[in-house]
Formats: sequence, structure tokens, C-alpha cells
Amino acid sequence: MLTINNYVKAKSLEEAYELNQARNARVMGGMMWMRLGNAKVQTIIDLSDLGLDQIEENDHVFKIGAMCTLRQLEQHEGLREMYGDAIAKALHHIVGVQFRNQATVGGSIYGRFGFSDVLTCLLALDTFVELYNGGTIRLSEFVNHKSDKDILVSIIIRKSNRKLRYDSIRQTKTDFPVLACAVVTGPVHGKETWYFSVGARPMKAAVLEKEWEIPKDISDEQLEIYAKEAASQFTYGTNMRGSAKYRQHLAEVLILRSMRSILEEGR
Amino acid sequence: MRIVNQPVPKVDAKALVTGQGVYTDDLAPSDCLIVKVLRSPHAHALIKDINLTRALAVPGIECILTYEDCPDKRFTMAGQSYPEPSPYDRLILDQRVRFVGDAVAVIAGNSKEAVNKAMKLIKVKYEVLEPLLDFRKAKDNPVLVHPEDNWQSLCPVGADNKRNLCAHEEDSAGDIDSVLDSCEYVVDRVYHTKANQQAMMETFRTYTYLDAYGRLNIVSSTQVPFHVRRILANALDIPKSKVRVIKPRIGGGFGAKQTVVTEVYPALVTWKTGKPAKIIYTREESFIASSPRHEMEVHVRVGADKDGIIKGIDVYTLSNTGAFGEHGPTTVGLSGHKSIPLYGKAEAFRFVYDVVYTNVMSAGAYRGYGATQGIFAVESAVNELAGKMGMDPVVLREKNIVREGQVMPAYYGETANSCALDRCLQRAKEMIDWDSKYPCRDMGNDKVRSVGVAMAMQGSGISALDTASVGIKVNDDGFYSLMIGATDMGTGCDTILAQMAAECLDCEMEDIIVHGVDTDSSPYDCGSYASSTTYVTGMAVVRTCEALRDKICAKGAAYLNCPVGDIEFDGNQVVNLKTGESISRAEIGNRVMCSNEDALYASEAFSSPISPPPFMVGMAEVEIDKATGQLELIDYVAVVDCGTVVNPNLARVQTEGGIAQGIGMALYEDVVYSDKGKNYSNSFMQYKIPSRLDVGEIRVEFESSYEPTGPFGAKSIGEIVINTPPPAIVNAVQNATGVMIRELPVTSEKIYWGMRGQNL
Amino acid sequence: MEVKFILNGKQTAAEVGADTILLDVLRSLGCHSVKCGCETTNCGLCTVWIDGRSRLSCSVLAAAMEGHEITTLEGVKEDAEEFGRFLANEGAEQCGFCSPGFIMNVLAMVKELHNPDIEGIKEYLSGNLCRCTGYMGQLRAIQKYLQSKEEVCS
Repeated sequence: MLTINNYVKAKSLEEAYELNQARNARVMGGMMWMRLGNAKVQTIIDLSDLGLDQIEENDHVFKIGAMCTLRQLEQHEGLREMYGDAIAKALHHIVGVQFRNQATVGGSIYGRFGFSDVLTCLLALDTFVELYNGGTIRLSEFVNHKSDKDILVSIIIRKSNRKLRYDSIRQTKTDFPVLACAVVTGPVHGKETWYFSVGARPMKAAVLEKEWEIPKDISDEQLEIYAKEAASQFTYGTNMRGSAKYRQHLAEVLILRSMRSILEEGR
Repeated sequence: MRIVNQPVPKVDAKALVTGQGVYTDDLAPSDCLIVKVLRSPHAHALIKDINLTRALAVPGIECILTYEDCPDKRFTMAGQSYPEPSPYDRLILDQRVRFVGDAVAVIAGNSKEAVNKAMKLIKVKYEVLEPLLDFRKAKDNPVLVHPEDNWQSLCPVGADNKRNLCAHEEDSAGDIDSVLDSCEYVVDRVYHTKANQQAMMETFRTYTYLDAYGRLNIVSSTQVPFHVRRILANALDIPKSKVRVIKPRIGGGFGAKQTVVTEVYPALVTWKTGKPAKIIYTREESFIASSPRHEMEVHVRVGADKDGIIKGIDVYTLSNTGAFGEHGPTTVGLSGHKSIPLYGKAEAFRFVYDVVYTNVMSAGAYRGYGATQGIFAVESAVNELAGKMGMDPVVLREKNIVREGQVMPAYYGETANSCALDRCLQRAKEMIDWDSKYPCRDMGNDKVRSVGVAMAMQGSGISALDTASVGIKVNDDGFYSLMIGATDMGTGCDTILAQMAAECLDCEMEDIIVHGVDTDSSPYDCGSYASSTTYVTGMAVVRTCEALRDKICAKGAAYLNCPVGDIEFDGNQVVNLKTGESISRAEIGNRVMCSNEDALYASEAFSSPISPPPFMVGMAEVEIDKATGQLELIDYVAVVDCGTVVNPNLARVQTEGGIAQGIGMALYEDVVYSDKGKNYSNSFMQYKIPSRLDVGEIRVEFESSYEPTGPFGAKSIGEIVINTPPPAIVNAVQNATGVMIRELPVTSEKIYWGMRGQNL
Repeated sequence: MEVKFILNGKQTAAEVGADTILLDVLRSLGCHSVKCGCETTNCGLCTVWIDGRSRLSCSVLAAAMEGHEITTLEGVKEDAEEFGRFLANEGAEQCGFCSPGFIMNVLAMVKELHNPDIEGIKEYLSGNLCRCTGYMGQLRAIQKYLQSKEEVCS
């Protein structure tokens, strides 16, 4: 059972950062996951007064405050315009509306959970995290960092001409995924580039980048070779929800379907 | 009928929809000691030493109790009539722990925090023993789950603790081997159903206190208050007269609360300390130390002649009762007795079973109670038979189903007095448009759709055993108090029993108040289980009303100064038919409160020599993704023959709810253990029950027969409704893909590897 | 520490620990409608509104509620009774243990979504588990309730 001795609502990021340097201090997000653990927390730091609950959009980026809820992300008009229903599709399986009204984007990303749909989805996009002390770094880099005492301030998605597809397989509609998969494509430095993010393998999401020029009218058989190639570059594990072999197969199918959907849209 | 067969809202509806505090934890006094249980991390071990010194020093701790504080007298927690078929194999706390989660110590203190802190400071030394985790290897295994000499079986159920046997029996009619030898087609397969959790929304909970008379009062979320009284007296080794049990509103039971899961712990604390105490199980405790469905492996042989007439059914069931024998000897019987009789033309049957102990949590009673497991196996075998013959499984059933008037040898020789199974089958087929959807349709985009079928039966109470008594009294202004010992757990029995009384007494629902169960004042009822309440307690209501009408007439006649033969009671007035003189029920009610020597009260009991089965047909339509094996449930139709439907709304919701539970059992619900016996399915995060996005559409209709021995022609509805989804969904998968799943749950992965020709 | 918040329209203060969850505080303040069904944020029984939005009170630190507005079923009695009648007319309250959290989220849905279709309803309420009803009766009640609201409006 989680125990907490002291609650502090931080008045500035600086204060939050200072408090967080203590060994038993923790920053709270939505309290969805931390509460399930057995941590003995001396001081819990609440960032909810720091204005980090907004999604800001300008010509170049979406800047998502760490304390934004998953529901805000799911319902954001700008993200919907840019990526269609893919972002919402990554979110609406997560437990229920009440849960998503409470779970924070910052908590989801900071936790780097294996089952995370949010991480799987954002990893495929051109996404950065803004850390209070560590500056702004790529999400793909952050994901492999160990937990430290820094504070995640915001998540930044750089706008560019990219298409996103998200899909997952689940035993029940609101369960953790058996496998989750995001596929993104767009021109990078003049070259058509594909990004594949596969999560819940059951290990946490990882991203793969491929410079593949794929003709719009490619045959299913040919496209399947690409999908298999992409899926084969991830590792998979076995747990209660599925075997490694099955997960790899699902990755092939979901990647294939997402690629096909993107190519059809471009036709 | 005015009130029976009408969709009357439940009598407790308003309290429930406005969130009034009517459940156990809402009622518990705020000064209750908080009780928690320290649980074993080992599947099988002996406690060598328990050091409580540091734990007892935690401020606020009242007491910590271990096996040394408990009577060494074994009992069973199964809520069954005495003498219980379940063996006396439990102590409140035992030196031997038998599953991961078994109780080691009971801690009581004045706050949750203090108790949790103390729990961490208890030091237990275990001698870890080899656990017995594979139920197929349990019988005659050298590892014994219950080696103790004071283990006791009260009934001749074939139990032998020195062989890990909780029960064994054989039953047959005809020569099954030669009948099957003569069959043109024989299916010979083994089916495996897993443990499932009832997962009622209100976890197990109880609070206890001593009253002014020094008696132990137990307020508990239970289906079996009278059994709780007896079991607690046995467990604590105190006289039954010292125990009173009160049942408030219950947040769901489904059989889980037919076992005394939590009551002993606060009761022990209160009895030792004299202080009020309460225990509220966490969801985790409710998942790791409770009373789930018995895992069963069922070997079925079913044979048919060249025309598809089913000639013989042979069933062997191996049931896993876990660490204790609660409901072990009885659930298993239904796996054959309530599956084989669905087929009316069989010339021979055989049914043999073993129930074995293992080192996992004890199983218990869950809606369907063994019938669910047996029906999955037998219905799946019949569907495989249809496949083998190239025959539509509905057509195969039409040729073979049991029909009204037939004797059912495998159902204790009872006759199907009321049976509309043929009409259920016909109507279900129309509702789902079977003929245009069977066997399957390719939808494009890698999707294939198909339909599947299964039938089911259950009982209505336990024949020649279940007993219900009912009391009704007339009060001031003539309102009635209906006193029952049956336990409404959300199912609505307080309402439907009042409907029956209102119908019999020619009054309105508002004229009757229903009294919740209190063993000190309620008439005896064995409790709400075994699909007994509508049929058994319902008949007791009918009888009581008849007796009360006679008494009202007699009182009316006395007040009107005329012979009873001249009197008629229309519900509101007692009328002298000769003179037209009358006296109202209200006036009678008021007058009997003065100068009266006959209580205007009637009480009658009922027990039935037979247990008339309800019948039903379920059909599932599924869509399967051929590339992933993912299954989407599109539609589920069910047609039920529960005899007369006492309350169409409540019966419909019972059916829809049972089907949803059956869908969960079919598709993902599974209690999974590690190879050391640790239960992984310990939360709603890991043990998934269907959400409203997972059940597709469920459509229910009724085809009623009329049961001559039941109240207003009614039979039961509560349990049968869970039985069809597993075999119907498996059949739909079979028809869509050719893949036959014989072990639940039907996961997408199993379907996928099946389509690839590989087993998982 | 002491926290002050508005509970069902009334200024309220409670003495809480840093790890006390809102669910426990609300129950101790007499809001017995708020139930706990799982402890792992999966069941929806503990749903209350915080500043008008459905949240899971089992995972909210009471200490963080300073200045917020909290609504439980006790605070929306009239609406609960009105929708509750539709639920009862289907027999779909059953054991009733999940009803308070469910009704809170239904009322939140009615405020947030205009004319939701069946899929929209199911999705909005997917975090409210019910083990008794199989959900169909609840859906019938919601559809009839929405229809009656429409008729009142038009």
C-alpha cells in the first residue's frame, strides 16, 4: 500500500524541482498507477497549480502540458484535424471516461509503461519532452532513460506533413492491449520515411524508422513483405495476454493494415 | 393475473437509485474494530512459529489471533442444509496453510493504518511443503492436502481425505458401452472449464457485535443467513442460540455468498474481545481467497445412429475443489445430471465423477453450479457430433431434445412436467435468422461471421431438501407484513414474493411490506441458492396466503356474527353473502389489536419432492478476423422457458445479466496461477469481466410452459441463464472457422493458432 | 491537514492525511452512495464529479481537493430520482451497488454529449462495470430517459 507523509502543492516549477530532489519525494500525476504500488513517499508534489493543464497549438507545434488529462488529448480539435481519429483511437480504450478525466499525459509518458497506448502513439510522431532540468529531448531518447529526479513539464509534437494510424488488439475493449501499434509516414529531408511504434509487446513501446519509398499501387503480397520486415525488428514476450509468437504475428497484421490504409488515402 | 406476470418495479428501487446507505458497510457502527487477515505466501506450508511481539506493540492494535486461539473442531464454510455434503475440513485458522492467500492470522485494531502496519510486523516461520497444483494428478498423490485425522465427511459422498478425494460417485442406466459400440457416429472428447469469479460488485463483508443479551450479532452480505448461524456456532464452538444473523441489502452474490467467506473473522474478534468488529474484503482478497467456480475437466462420449438419433451419453467429470471442499461434492453432480437429460431419446447413460483437493483457493458456488461446466462439455460434444455427421446442429437437436411428459433417467428419474424447449429452439432460430446465417458468411476484409447454438437446463431448488417457510401478519389498517427468510441479493425476490402475496390476497403491492432477513424473527428458509426462491419460497407464500385468507374469513365471520360458510373475502372486505353486511380488512386489522386471542398471522412451509427444470436455448452470432483470430460478439439471442414469468422485467434482466457473465466465461474470464500457486488474476485489471462494449446485443424472449407444481406455474430463472454462452460461442467459432476450442476461455490467440492448424 | 472544499453545494472542511483518498473522506462525511468496488480504478463505482467532471474518487488524494467543488449522488437527488425511475422501470437497478457511480456518469454524459447514439453511450459509460444486468436494461433506461428529455425540450 502506498503511504504518503506530506502533500505539497508546488507554487513554481523551481520549488517542485527542489522538493523532488529528496530521496523519497515523488511528483504526482493522476494518481492512477502510483497508488497501486507500495511506495513509502515522504513528500508528494502536486503540479496542478502550475498551468500545465493546457494544450497549446501554434504553427509549428502542439505543446501538451504534463498535467493535461488523457481526455483533453482525446478531444483536442487541433490534433483531430492534423491526425484524424488516430489519437482518439489510441485513447478511448483506456478504462473509461472517468479514468481519462484524471490520468495525465505527463504521468503516462513519465511512467514509460509497457502497456501504454499513449506512449506507443506519441512515439511514432515527431515528439519531444520538455524536462525542467534536462532540456527538451526526443521522446524516443527519453523512453530509454531511467527514472530520475527531473520533472516532465510538457510534451511537444512537432507539426509536419505526416499521417498517423493507430490500432490495437485487446481481449476486452477496455483491457490493456495484447499489442498496440502506431504507424506514421511523411517526408523527412525530402525522403519518404516510415515510423513504426509497437507497444505492449508486452515490453514498452519502441520506434523503428525506415526510409521506404512505397508505390501507392503496391500489391498486398509486396506490402506484406514490408510489414513483416518492420515487425521482425522488434522483440516480443509472453504473458497472460498472449505469447511472443502471436504478438509478432499481430504486429505484422496491424502494421500491414495501417500501411495499407495510409497508402489508400494517398491514392 | 393482476400483479403476477406484470413488470412491477422493485420494492427497494428508490433506495437503491438514490444511493441510500443500505448495505453492510453503510450500516456498520463507526467504532468497529477494523479486521484484516494475514495471508500465506506459500501454497502449502506448516506454520512453525508466529512472532507477534512487534506487531502487538503498534498503537491501536486490539488483538492478533492465530491458530492457537481457535477451536480445533473442523467445520465447513459451505452454506448448505445440515448435515452438509461438504466435508468438515476447515478451522478458522489452521497450522497448515493450503493455498497462497490462506488465512494465517487475524488482526484487529482501531484503524486501517494500524492494522496494516501491524500486519507487516508479524514474523511467521513456515516449513514450506510441496504443493499439489495439478488437479489431474491429485487423486492418490503422495502429497495430501488434508492429512489430518479430525477431517470428517458427514454424508456418504465417496470422500476420502487420504486419497485427496472430496467426492466420488457413479450413476448409470442401460448398457452405455454396448449402446455406443452400436452407434454409427461417436464423439469422444475432453473439455476443460476454468475457475471463474462471481465478481459481484460488493465484495465480501461482515460486521459483528455483542448485544444486550451477550449474543453474537452478525450483519453480513450473505445469501444464507440461517446457515451462517449454524456455521458460526460450529466454527466458534458456541451454542446456536448465541448467534443472530441479519442480512441487509446485498450488492450481488451469484453464489459467492453461499459460502461463509468473511463472517468467521470479525465474529472471532468480537467473541474474544466483546467489541464490535468489521471486515471489508478488498477486491484482491475477493479474488484470491474466496469461492470461485470449480474448474472441471469433462470427458464426454456421445453416440448417434445413422439418422442422428442420440443413443447414449457417457460423462466423466474431474472437478477441482481446491484447498477445501465447499460445494465440492454437490456442484459436480450437476455436470451430468443437468446436461445429459437435455437429450430425450438416449437409451443409456453413464455419469462418473471424482472431486479432488489441490493447493489452490477453495472453489464454491457460482451460478450454474456445475451444470454450466457439464453443459459446456455435452453441448460442445453434440456440436462436434453435428459437425462429424455434416448435420446442422439445430436440426440434430430438433431430432433429439427432451419433450414435455418424458421421463428423464439421468435427472433422478423425474418427468418433464413442463417443457417448452422445442418452442424455445424454434423461436431462437427465428430471432437470429439461423437458416440464412448458418454455417457462415464471408464478410470481406478478412472477416467471417457465423452463428452457434446451445441449450441448457437447471433445477428449481434442491428436491426433497430445500425448505422455505413464510409468515404473513395483518397489522393496523390491514396492511400486511410479509416475512421471509429468502435473501434478495438484487435479484428482486422481495418484490416477486410480494407480487405473489398481493395476487393471492387480492390486494395492491403497497399493502404489503417485506421484512428483510433476521434469523431471530424471520421464518426459516435455507436461503437463496440452487434457483430455489421463486419456486420453493414462492409456493410457501402461496400456502401462507391461503391459510391467512382462512383466518381473515374466520375473524370477519366472528365480527359479523355469522358462520364462516356465509363469508367471502374479496381482498378489501369480508362480506356476509346472505346479508350483504361487511367489514373491511382495515377494521379487522385494527380490531384484532384489542381483546383478541387469535393472532391474525399465518405461516406455512414448503419443500418439493421434485425440482422442475427450466429450459433455454441460446444462439450467438460472432464475427472473426481471420488474420488475427479476434472475435467480436455481434448478437446473442436467448429464449427461456422458466414456466410462468412472475415479473417480466426482472426475469429479462436476470437473463441478460446471466448471459453477460456467460460471455465473460466464454471469452476471457480465467483464474490463472503461477507454477508456485500464486494467483495472478487478483484485480479487475487482470481478471476482466465484460464491460458494456463487450457484450454485443443481447435479446431475450420467453416461451412459457406451465409448471403444475410451481406458484402460478412458475419455475426458476436465476442460474440457467449463464449456461449457454460458452458452448454457443464455441459452436459459432467452429462454424466460422472449423476450429474447435475445447478449453475455455476462447481467446483470439487460440482461434488464430487453430486456424493455422496448431494448438496453442 | 485540513482541506476545505464545496461538497454538494455546501462549504465543507475535513481533517485528512496526505495519503487519504477522497472516497474515504466522502463516506466519512455521510455520502454513503460513494462505493468502492475494486481499488484499481477499473469499476467506476466510486464516480463523483470534481468541478463538474466525472472522476474516480478512489484515486483522488483528498489533500488535493482544496477549493474544489465535489458532487456526489446525494447532491443531485432530483436528477437521480428522475433517471432512477427509468432504471427501476426496466428492473435494471438490480443489486444497486453500482447504481450511484453509474448514475453520476449518466448524468455527466447528459451534460456533455448531445443526443449520443448507442455506441456513444456505451463508450462514455464503459468505465462503469455492472455484474448483474448485462447492461441491456441500463441502455433501455438511458434511451427512454434521453427521449423523455428530448420531448420536454421540444
